[in-house]
Amino acid sequence: MRYYSSDYIVLRNEERCIACGVCERQCANGVHRKDPDTGKMTADESKCVDCQRCVCMCPTRALAIRKNPNEFRDNANWSMQAIEEVEKQAESGGVLLSSMGNPQPYPIYWDHILLNASQVTNPSIDPLREPMETKTFLGSKPDRLEYSKTGKLLTNIPPTVELNSPIMFSAMSFGSISLNAQKSIAMAAKECNTFFNTGEGGLHKELEPYADHCIVQVASGRFGVHKGYLDRGKIVEIKIGQGAKPGIGGHLPGEKVNYEVSQTRMIPEGTDAISPAPHHDIYSIEDLRQLIYSLKEATHYRKPISVKIAAVHNIAAIASGAVRAGADIIAIDGFRGGTGSTPTRFRDTVGIPVELALASVDQRLRDEGIRQQVSLVVAGSVRNSADVVKAIALGADAVYIASAALIAMGCHMCRTCYTGNCNWGIATQKEELTRRLNPEIMSERVANVFRAWDHEIKELMGGMGINAIDSLRGNRLMLRGIGLTQKELDILGIRYAGE
Amino acid sequence: MLQQEGQIRIPSGCAISAVINKKGVCFSGERIIKSIALMHDRSNGLGGGFAAYGIYPQFKELYALHIFYDTTEAKAKTEQFLNEHFEIEMAGRMPTRKTESIRSSPIIWRYFVRPDKARLVESELDEEEFTTRCVFRVNTTIGGAFVFSSGKNMGAFKAVGYPEDVGEFYMLDDYKGYLWTAHGRFPTNTPGWWGGAHPFTLLDWSIVHNGEISSYDANRRYIEMFGYKCTLQTDTEVITYLFDLLVRKHKLSLETAANIIAAPMWEEIAAMPKEQREYYTTLRKTYSSALVNGPFSIILGFNNGLLALNDRLKLRALMAAKQGDEVFFASEEAAIRTICPEPDKIWSIEGGRPIIVTLDPTV
Repeated sequence: MRYYSSDYIVLRNEERCIACGVCERQCANGVHRKDPDTGKMTADESKCVDCQRCVCMCPTRALAIRKNPNEFRDNANWSMQAIEEVEKQAESGGVLLSSMGNPQPYPIYWDHILLNASQVTNPSIDPLREPMETKTFLGSKPDRLEYSKTGKLLTNIPPTVELNSPIMFSAMSFGSISLNAQKSIAMAAKECNTFFNTGEGGLHKELEPYADHCIVQVASGRFGVHKGYLDRGKIVEIKIGQGAKPGIGGHLPGEKVNYEVSQTRMIPEGTDAISPAPHHDIYSIEDLRQLIYSLKEATHYRKPISVKIAAVHNIAAIASGAVRAGADIIAIDGFRGGTGSTPTRFRDTVGIPVELALASVDQRLRDEGIRQQVSLVVAGSVRNSADVVKAIALGADAVYIASAALIAMGCHMCRTCYTGNCNWGIATQKEELTRRLNPEIMSERVANVFRAWDHEIKELMGGMGINAIDSLRGNRLMLRGIGLTQKELDILGIRYAGE
Repeated sequence: MLQQEGQIRIPSGCAISAVINKKGVCFSGERIIKSIALMHDRSNGLGGGFAAYGIYPQFKELYALHIFYDTTEAKAKTEQFLNEHFEIEMAGRMPTRKTESIRSSPIIWRYFVRPDKARLVESELDEEEFTTRCVFRVNTTIGGAFVFSSGKNMGAFKAVGYPEDVGEFYMLDDYKGYLWTAHGRFPTNTPGWWGGAHPFTLLDWSIVHNGEISSYDANRRYIEMFGYKCTLQTDTEVITYLFDLLVRKHKLSLETAANIIAAPMWEEIAAMPKEQREYYTTLRKTYSSALVNGPFSIILGFNNGLLALNDRLKLRALMAAKQGDEVFFASEEAAIRTICPEPDKIWSIEGGRPIIVTLDPTV
């Protein structure tokens, strides 16, 4: 007997349902079934994850998924969720697993920040009439340029990469998502002149045509890392941590390690791919420096080296250390960042919001006079173009998006990626599911999101009287807080609305 | 309580004007006053000022410090500081004329000084950096004291009032210079503080500016990484520091500095020949936070000449004219024609294209 109820109920409009069976074929969780006796569709709601696949595919629009109205006795402390989690653990004896970003009702600082616009004293700029520049270069920049008497540049210029707009696609490994999903994003990155990130799963040979738009990740498991891999990436990213699971590694179960995954990760088929919690060659900041410089040597100082860290309490000092260790880019992943699978307790309680982390890191690096030496990229979670603009104004050079790209491909944030049964063909390796994703179509949808955001960023910038993203970066006067305490305003380095 | 300049950022619109004689021939302040007075309606009586070059030939090796004091106590403290750090060659009250519309004047003093030799050696700084730091010290640590001019053989003169009245107040008809700049201010919200009027100066840099820059905080936070303190929160202050950083500290040419502050569009850069394209790309990449955005027209004065610059989109008016050895700039054509009715050439300067006028090398 199960002690907990189904999360959802399936509402089927019997007048509309023609019992065509599409829902049954679309649901890998086995919710829908045609009753052979009555010829009517039935549902086993206990299996429903509310992924909305059946709702979208139903040809007669006969379906809706609702939250189960079943309620436990009111208790502000022992909420229904708290009780059910204990019940699940009583049943399994295991660590609770979750997927995607932290859904708990913590403050979302983006929603407490308002943007400025020009009125009278300073004209707003119409991006349809005037050039509006969102071009961004990532990598370390020298503090100053020196020229010889004849005008020859004497300063050594570290390598940078160029983006048309300050948006990149965040790390999602082959393994955590399907090859078709990765390919869709890679194609979109090429089309939009930005970058996708391999995650720690290696670079599948089918993605090699998109290598010019690829960030290759080196994580604690070192899966898929070899010379050709480093050579192909335009940025090499050392993954120290992830916002959804700071302090722990990763675990791709053997069932998901099929032939293709095993080839790309360079591990035997069917074996568990375990990424250790720390890099076992990085036990301190000076060890990080060694890995950064090993990678710089291996790539002949031609590629920026990024260090991705989860936003944790001491983030400002850690970031400063990473810059001094030679990082050209620091990617900060906030505690609302997504994942294919993470222990629930980590996702929901470890780490801090990226907005606060970004504000303190940017300020700290400026206080130390080393902000020029590094580009800041923030992730976890950036939901729309206004979040991007706020991130840039707080001090970021660019943002990483991942959930938004998945949503463009059909993800409805059901947060059960860890089951491997993604009906949208995204977070699964099952061939019958992954073939539902057509990269030609999906890359266009992902690119559309990118283009729409870029357009909106330009409109918002124009409204502020700014025609180059350079002038938005770190321009905190363009921001005002609402519904925040003085302490929060101080950390964000912004004033209150009306001030 | 109404906040003072420096506690709050005050955007303002304005009029600017400048005239230079390239042969270094000096003339009195009457012409520049006449020019800026014509644009009376572009200011609102809450700030006016002038910068004049070549006015102290007898002290041209000394830094001329012009200082506002709110109290005699601030003056005593400042003078003690000056005595410790400089040799004061001459000091005295700034000569002024009673002018009806200029009221509640602070105590204004003028000092001609050279850095104290022992202090200078001890500091291991060059003379200019030493003086700059001393000016910052006074302005940030001594309440009620504000050094508003600190260059050699030049001076800034400014007050709360219309510029023509400010010129009258400081008796600028008695001074003779080869380069004059002027400013009439239209702040949108200010209690009217004398220090907040333009020109803003640092050593012999003086800047008059019309516009409101939308990149202010990006520029401020950038420049503060290099040790500058933006105490006034004005656009003019931050632009002055940007020029100081790029030209004095980073040893870039004025033209390069202008190409950073009003950088060419990426579109234009993409169309350039390879070598030029690489030059501008590196410049923009490295100095992206020094790009000044939003509408502005500025005239930057220095001992050897001036630079006039418009924002890249040309969102503010700025006219230029030439006649003989003289070059003129002003927000309006009429302000030039009132002192130079038939110039050889008169034109509207292009957005983002600096015009630099320097004294003839023979001077």
